[in-house]
Formats: sequence, structure tokens, C-alpha cells
Amino acid sequence: MPRWGMVIDLDKCTACQACTVACLAENNVPFAGPEQAAMGRAIFWHKVITDLEGEYPHVRARFIPRPCMHCDDPPCVKVCPVGATYIREDGLVMQDYDRCIGCRYCTVACPYTIRSFNWYAPQWPEPMDQHLNPDVGPPQPTGGRGGPEVRPKGVVEKCTFCVHRLEKAKQKAEEEDRELTNAELTLLPACNQTCPASARYFGDLDNPKSTVSQLARSARAFRLLEDLGTEPKVYYLAEER
Amino acid sequence: MDHEVSKGDDILFEPLIHTGRGFYVIVAILLAVIGVGAYGYLRQLIHGLGVTGLNIPVFMGIYICNAIFFIAISYGGTLTSAILRIVNAGWRTPITRAAEVITVCALLIGSLNILIDMGRPERTLNLILHARLQSPILWDFIAINLYLLCSMIYLSLPLIPDAAILRDKLPTPGWRRQLYAWLSLGWTGTKAQKRRLEIGISVMAILMVPVAISVHTVLAWMFGMTTQPMWHSTILGPYFVIGAIYSGIAMLIIAMAILRRVAHLEDYLKPIHFNNLGLLLITMTLAWLYFTMAEYLTTFYGNEPAHMAVFYAKWNGEFAPFFWVQVITCFVIPFFILAFRRTRTIVGTVIASVSVSIGMWLERYLIVVPTLTYPRLPDGWGIYRPTWVEWALMAGCAAGLVLMFVTFTKLFPIISIWEVREEREKEAIQRRIEAEGAV
Repeated sequence: MPRWGMVIDLDKCTACQACTVACLAENNVPFAGPEQAAMGRAIFWHKVITDLEGEYPHVRARFIPRPCMHCDDPPCVKVCPVGATYIREDGLVMQDYDRCIGCRYCTVACPYTIRSFNWYAPQWPEPMDQHLNPDVGPPQPTGGRGGPEVRPKGVVEKCTFCVHRLEKAKQKAEEEDRELTNAELTLLPACNQTCPASARYFGDLDNPKSTVSQLARSARAFRLLEDLGTEPKVYYLAEER
Repeated sequence: MDHEVSKGDDILFEPLIHTGRGFYVIVAILLAVIGVGAYGYLRQLIHGLGVTGLNIPVFMGIYICNAIFFIAISYGGTLTSAILRIVNAGWRTPITRAAEVITVCALLIGSLNILIDMGRPERTLNLILHARLQSPILWDFIAINLYLLCSMIYLSLPLIPDAAILRDKLPTPGWRRQLYAWLSLGWTGTKAQKRRLEIGISVMAILMVPVAISVHTVLAWMFGMTTQPMWHSTILGPYFVIGAIYSGIAMLIIAMAILRRVAHLEDYLKPIHFNNLGLLLITMTLAWLYFTMAEYLTTFYGNEPAHMAVFYAKWNGEFAPFFWVQVITCFVIPFFILAFRRTRTIVGTVIASVSVSIGMWLERYLIVVPTLTYPRLPDGWGIYRPTWVEWALMAGCAAGLVLMFVTFTKLFPIISIWEVREEREKEAIQRRIEAEGAV
């Protein structure tokens, strides 16, 4: 069984935000509008966060692309009272929109604040509402909707590492009776595919030959809030100063 | 037990028989406030939680504060009544009924606030269908339901003899007499019945204590079990329990003072009761100070950046006004009023109690909101401004609590008649023994 993970090279990243936009389009993330966004209501499955270090005149800004960490020991899964969020055998942390009761406990338990809540019913301005991704994502063991399918109001949603793309690619490879290649996997999630700087990698962390597992073992590799013991599966390659 | 009502206790039946215009005015006002809250909730149901001021990362706000606040009120009621029963404090008899009613009403309102906070209230049943016992929310769900069940039994048991009195006393038959007959469970006051009732009440009183403590502990654990700054602390469970007893006693004092005035119960609720409850309250004042100091000093010395961001937000940052008002209302005001015999009067204890109630609401706000405002990752701090919907629902819930309480006082005597009488007999016997001893 693979253990899917991601590596993001901060030295290559230009913080252009193409990944953020690709994610919004791929996963049918609704438009918040300027007013709601100012209130802090805009949903982002993927975001580029800014980290300011030091004080004037020794200030340094870091940009950190932040998908879901898909932790091996996810705090969100631990606290969900109904099992609406769960971790798959391959390590993806998923959300079932039909089972979620909207208590938002997972959103506050996540130390990375990556989870979003649907404050209102989703909406898109014209003509964006004509261009929704029709993909519905793979069937879930919990029986409800997940993946890019349009969410109802009052439920929590999150990054899935583009699980619908992954499942499709796996199926195709199976039909052709072959393994997915490193190159294929790296471009699999929408954020990775769109990255102009080729700063992002995706693949099986448990496969010692995969690009991600090799990069994850490099001296530059680190993870966010590593000391919390959540075992995130997103690795960053530190910038060389 | 004689079912004749001695003249002295007539005043206790007064609110059950006669209803003045004042009552209807109060009920109309309460219903109006509840109506505004209901309208707010209707908007929330139709449009979603977007009508609140909640956002990313402040996912929880005053709904959760209110849930803790109201469940805490319930708590003081139970613990006061149960513990005083267990230690057999004779002075408790006129106040236990009021305390037990507050428990049930406040608990209903408190759990209502949890439902109000849910994005998908119609899926509440999932908590049973897909229950995950590992989740602290499920602990809350179980503990609160158990607590509700126990406190309803605990309220209704001592009500049996009084319901029998009412069943026999009420002149006109009707739905009320039916209700009393049903609640009195065929009580005739035989020795065997009395003994069984005593056993039942004693068992429930003892059972209530661990159940009540577990409720507020798991409520605190909902926060404590996460790794969020200033939530992830072992003190949170006991801190919530102390706080709950504290605000519960305060609310009991306020309710008793109002009852005393409105229902003319000066002969039952005497200054001694307020004095004794005042002493209990100041004990909790000191306990609160101790726990608060333990929590903040430990955080300060640990000096972890994520925790300190929240700490300074409270100490001298954007939440500082709330924090220091909390210190003044939870400690300074009640301590200096209650420490002196001269100010530990009815008025004094009521002022202290109002102050404590305000302070304890702020305490919950200061536990829930600042932590969410300052998440660990530097992803922009949050700002939370509650909207009118949230305030309207808070007012509606408070009005609902008062309405339930007022309705109860119209249906049942708010002072346990048979227990007061028993206590009086005991005192008479005691006096006789003392008189004989003196001879």
C-alpha cells in the first residue's frame, strides 16, 4: 500500500499562487466575494502563507505553499464525533460532506488551520457557474459525497490531494497493467501540474525509489510544526540562504 | 403526613392559585425576546452560519461560550443542592427546589446552544448512528444527556410529596390536577413510601455529584484534548468545574433574591441563607483565583511562542479589556463584598453574584476566542465580531431560561413544602431535647 505524500521545494517556489488558483478551479471551491473574503470567510484548500521573520532591518519573508498536510496521525480525525473525516489506508485524509454535522471541531483541532467551513450555500458568478468540474470523486467507505463534488452549506471541506485524479490515474495504469511513473505522479494533483517553477513533487513516500521519498530524506527537508507529532506527509525543502 | 395546609405555608401556594397582571407582562416581554432570537435562528437555518460573525480561523464564538455558561449555571444548582443534602445541612431545605429547577432549565438551554452552533442540526442523529467514542464531542453528548436525565429525576423525586399535597388541595379538577396526580405517583405518605423516597433521594444526591463533575470536565476536554495554544492544559477540566460551581452558586443567589421579593418568601429565604451561600461563593472566589493564577503563571514561565501569543493577547493585547474586567468582576468585587460580615447582606451577595455572572461569561469568551484568533501558523490572525443574530440568540436563550423558571413557579411550589415542615419538626424536637437537658 502506497503512502501518498508531497514535497515542495521552497527554493524553486516563486510564490506566484498558480497552485492556489488551479486548486480553486479543480475542486469547485465557491467564490466568497470581496465582502466575505474581508471577513475571513474565503475558502482555500491550498494557500500560500507568508511568514515574516525577524525585526527591522533584519526582516525576512518566507512564502510557504500550504495544502492539507495529510498527517499520519491527524488531530482532525481523532476528534470527529461521527467519522465524517477519516484517514484512508493510503494515508489520504478525507471528508464526507453528507455525514458531517458541521460542529467544526476538526477545524479548531487542526494545528495548521487548513480546514474550511461552508458559511453559506456555495455560489459562483456567471459564467463561472457553467464551468464547474463535473468529476465526483471516488466512492467513499462512509457512503457520502467527497472530493470536488459541490458542497452544501454547513459542512467542512478540505484538500484531498486531488483524490479523484489519483484514482483515475491508478485505474488507467491498472488497465494498462503497469505502475504509475514518478513523472506521472508528480504532475498528478492540480497544484503540482500547474506549478510553473516545477517546485512540487507528489508520490509514494514508502517507495524508496520515488522522487518524494528521496527528497524527503534530504538534509534540506523539514515539515511544518513537526514537534506536534502529527506526522505530516507534506515535506518542504528549505531555502539555501 | 398530613395533607392539610397549615396557615403558615399559604404563601407558598399563592403563585399557583392567583396570577397577577405583572406575570403576564413579564411573560409577554420574555416571549418577545425569545421571538427575536427565534427569528435570528430562522435566518441562520435558511442562510447558514454565515449570518454570524464566525470565520476562519475563529470557527467557534459566543454560541459555545453560552453553552458552557448555561451548563455551568445548571451545575451550581445541582452541586449546591446535592452536596448540602449529603452533608445534611438543615438550612438548605428552602433553597434546594429552586436550585434543582435552575439545573434542569439551564441544562436544556445549554444543550440547545450546542445545537444552535451546529452547521447541520438536522444531522444530529449521526451522533448516534455513526458515533465515534474517541471524540470528546461524543463524551459531551453522553455526559450531558446522562446529566439531564439524572437532574430531571433528582428534581422530580422530592416533588412527589408536594405534588400529592397539590393533588389533594387543588379545588377544581382539570389538567393541572391530572398532572399532580401523575407526578405524585400514588403518594399517600405512608412510612414505607417515606423510607423509599428518602433512599431514592439520597442515592440520586450522591450520584449527581460525579455525573455533574464529569459533564463540565468533558466540556473542558473538548478544548483540552486539542494541541491549541492555552487549550492544551491539564488544568482546564478542574478549572471548568470550579468555574461552573462558582457561576452556578451566583445564579442561585440571584434567583433566590428575586423569588424572595416577588413571591414574598421573606419568612423562608432568610438573611442566614444568603450569608451561608455568600460564604460558599467566597470560597469559590478564592478557588477561582488560585486556578487562574496556576494557569497563567505556568503558561508565562513556559514561554512557548504559540502560547505566549495568546497569553499577551489577553494580558495586554486586544483582549486585555475583557481580561481585566474579568479579574475585577470574578475576584476583586466579590471578594471585598463577601469578605466582610457587614457587606455580606442580601443586597451585597446579589451584587457580588451579578458581578461573578458577568465575569464568568467573559472567562468563557476568553478561553474560546483568543486561542482561535492566534493559531500556530502565521496565516493572518483572525478577528471575530459577533453579529446581532448571535446576541439575539443569547438574549433569547436567557429569556427562555427565565420563562421556564417562571412557568415552574406557577405550577409547583418553589420551596419544598414537606421538607421545610420536616425541618421545622426536627428543630422543634431539638429545642425540646435541649430544654429538657437544661432542666
